[in-house]
Amino acid sequence: MSLVFAGICSHAPGITGRASLADPALREPFYAAYRRLGERLIAARPDALVVVAAEHFANFFMNNMPSFAIGMADRYSGPIEDPGWLGIPRTSVPGNAALSQQLIGEIMQTVDVAFAEEWKFDHGIMVPLSFLTPAYDLPVVPVNINCQGPPLTPLHRAWAFGEALRRAADRVPQRLAVIGTGGISHWPATPDSGKINEAWDRQLLDRWVRNDKGALLSYSDADTYRDAGQGGFEIRTFISVAAAARGRGHLQHYAPIPIFAVGCTIATMDVAP
Amino acid sequence: MSLYQLQKFLYDINRDPGVQGIYRADLEGLLDRYELTSEERSALATGDIGLIYVLGANGQLLMHYAAFLGMSWPDYIQAMREGVAQHGPVRAGIYAMTTQLEDKVAGV
Repeated sequence: MSLVFAGICSHAPGITGRASLADPALREPFYAAYRRLGERLIAARPDALVVVAAEHFANFFMNNMPSFAIGMADRYSGPIEDPGWLGIPRTSVPGNAALSQQLIGEIMQTVDVAFAEEWKFDHGIMVPLSFLTPAYDLPVVPVNINCQGPPLTPLHRAWAFGEALRRAADRVPQRLAVIGTGGISHWPATPDSGKINEAWDRQLLDRWVRNDKGALLSYSDADTYRDAGQGGFEIRTFISVAAAARGRGHLQHYAPIPIFAVGCTIATMDVAP
Repeated sequence: MSLYQLQKFLYDINRDPGVQGIYRADLEGLLDRYELTSEERSALATGDIGLIYVLGANGQLLMHYAAFLGMSWPDYIQAMREGVAQHGPVRAGIYAMTTQLEDKVAGV
């Protein structure tokens, strides 16, 4: 079949872990948009959900850091963080090892990826799932792009990965949804936590909505670090989704919420042939 | 400079309940397993979040270690500010502070 749904969302741990500290007037419209993204996703009747994420040293560390990794298991667990800290109970999440193996085999024709038969989800995947599939009943194929330990995955390789993911999706019988999660500008886990560059975020989102490959790939890491913080490196996940979906994006929600430490973003993208 | 070893310690303790048990039973013995400078070892021995931050630890590792030590979110943020006030700017890594000491952009 192919991709039947594509979207992007924020995943900062404060979204669930510091929910009680947020102004409900900011929090509730974001939560509602997040849940609507899940309803749209389910309405597309996917057989599995590919989550293109940027993990934070849950499974991968600088002793052996892959540029790309894909999970290949029938079952995952999460969150790896303290459930009380994250505000999400520890749970089991279904995977589909056979589907993962097919996708990985196809992707490897053009992009070298690592695979992992064990994977503990951190907030980068658990926060999205807690809104999108709160019963954790849709099989997940987790993907990680190295956005944490320099040297980071180059942006043009994130694009190439998205193209490879799409080619693979076109070759399997299942209906696949893809969600990219990350950024946009933020300075997480630093004294700057809560700082958000809204103008930079809106420019990035404009480029993403127009699926402007040249503009999306024009950021240098030095520029991103200066203007969007270390959290800005996670634009790689959004870039992969744009390359996979090939269509025009639709921004459903954007609002800076400092106690969540991020400009809270929800968007979908048309899947073009 | 053994920032890698410092961060490896944080990674191990964040992810391995067995290592957390050793931390509580024999911290010095645990620290012996890592090739640390005396400054790094002292910072870890005393749970000095501010100094560990200044030494360049990635925040995605440090914030979980702070939670393991029982620090609230506002206390963690403040400890990093105090570390910069006492020891100067962050010396390595990609988690430098860009705001001023008195800035509290998220109100904490």
